[in-house]
Amino acid sequence: MSTDETQVQAPQPPTDRKPVVVVDDVHVEYKVFATGKRPTAADRRSKVLRGRGKQMRTVHALKGVSFTAYEQDSIGVIGTNGSGKSTLMRAIVGLTPTSRGAIYASSRPSLLGVGAALMKDLSGERNIILGGLAMGFTMDEIDANYEDIVKFSGLEKFIDLPMRAYSSGMTARLKFALASVQTHDILIVDEALAVGDRKFRSRSEARIREIRDNAGTVFLVSHSMQSIKDTCSRVIWLDQGTLVMDGEPNEVISAYNEAQDK
Amino acid sequence: MTIAEDAARLGLHKVGGRPPLRDYVSEVWKRRIFIFSMARFRIESENQQNSLGMFWVILKPLLNALVYGAIFGLLIGTSGRPPHFVEFLIIGVFVFEFFAQSWTTAGKAITSNAALVQSLAFPRMVLPLAGVTQRFLQFLPTIAIMLVFLLVSGNPPQWEWVLILPLFVLYYFFNAGLGLITARLSVHWRDLNNFLPFLTRFFFYTTGIFFSIEERFEKHPTVITISEFQPIHEFLSLARSILLTGPTYEIDAHLWLYAGGWSLVLFSFGVWFFWRAEERYGRVD
Repeated sequence: MSTDETQVQAPQPPTDRKPVVVVDDVHVEYKVFATGKRPTAADRRSKVLRGRGKQMRTVHALKGVSFTAYEQDSIGVIGTNGSGKSTLMRAIVGLTPTSRGAIYASSRPSLLGVGAALMKDLSGERNIILGGLAMGFTMDEIDANYEDIVKFSGLEKFIDLPMRAYSSGMTARLKFALASVQTHDILIVDEALAVGDRKFRSRSEARIREIRDNAGTVFLVSHSMQSIKDTCSRVIWLDQGTLVMDGEPNEVISAYNEAQDK
Repeated sequence: MTIAEDAARLGLHKVGGRPPLRDYVSEVWKRRIFIFSMARFRIESENQQNSLGMFWVILKPLLNALVYGAIFGLLIGTSGRPPHFVEFLIIGVFVFEFFAQSWTTAGKAITSNAALVQSLAFPRMVLPLAGVTQRFLQFLPTIAIMLVFLLVSGNPPQWEWVLILPLFVLYYFFNAGLGLITARLSVHWRDLNNFLPFLTRFFFYTTGIFFSIEERFEKHPTVITISEFQPIHEFLSLARSILLTGPTYEIDAHLWLYAGGWSLVLFSFGVWFFWRAEERYGRVD
């Protein structure tokens, strides 16, 4: 498998482990409306004459990223804000279509990201039920796992409150607990642990290691280098939509830190 | 050997592809409990913050009927009033309300559930369907009120009344089809959601809720012919002819044919049309 045709120093592909995710020269382009704000007065006048200031702008979020993830890999993804980490993760899950290139996976990966509650008007309990049903569980399976989910999230006292009353940490807990019911082959955790407290973080990291040990593959996007060193066996460094480095955690992280301190 | 062949040999699938329609539909069918539960939970949460709670399920249609009854029954005299005007009006308002509500809810189903769509993988079609189901569940007590009202105002119950069951099932599928089409279109073109209130208002005033198209346009047969092909008008006329008696409310068999056709065609097209853009719905832009 030749996935490292660029300057990327990929580790030697282990022959004994099965590839689980193959990312092949992936480009992602967004088309978004820019406000069309002009820097000079003359430009602004011409904007008024044209009537509309809105313009389609193309954002090239990923520019040809390639790598292969193997089973039992736990891959840390690092990079500055806006380097394309989340876009890459969303592309692996299939939420963001690629404009060029393709991604192959052995099973449908699940993405765990920060952000909005699933259904903020509904209670935590109902979010667990609906989330489980959406993922394709039966009502019986949810009933059987319900206690575990609530216990893992540690939200026993708040489970009947609407999720709009939850803090971002509590939301992340519930989503992580829900996502980790499924025996995942591929789990992607996008910054979701950053908002959790220490107890929850260590519990989640333990769960991530458990998934990895069960021949699963985990991607962890984080700005906490400690978290990555603790859980990951391999690190990918993205910068401005390109893959800068792929290798041993300590090696990549120190190179990354050096570049940041410059 | 290309990477694609390599990947296929190792049992890897391309990510982000849309499943074949048949598999997709069966995935949706597997999630029918989700559709129903989501509809139910949404109704409860909508009412939870009100002190009158679930009582609103009944109160809302009653108030609606009262307001429209007062305005069109007492204040504004319109030409083309059929016999049994109050019953005519109530049936019109109630049946139309489901159409208007379900269109707006289902139309926004993807755009207003962005957080859910972006965090979990599931066939997106369940969301507009849950929206229509939610409005349909809210429509059921309305039907009960409608029937009670008819009995109280001196319309003896008839065996024909059971025909409203198949009629409203068709009506559900018609609205589901419309909701699926609108849900996809509003993902491509957000502005559509701003137009929906005007569109529903347009239909409200032109469909013959508070006047009878047949009597108002007696001398314009073309208008009547056109309105016979207007689906909402078909459903309203059928509901009225089932529930009310008298020469104006003879059951028109060919309206059943048209209404059934609309439901079948719109629902099948809606399913296909929504499925075609499945991979598009999770995108942020």
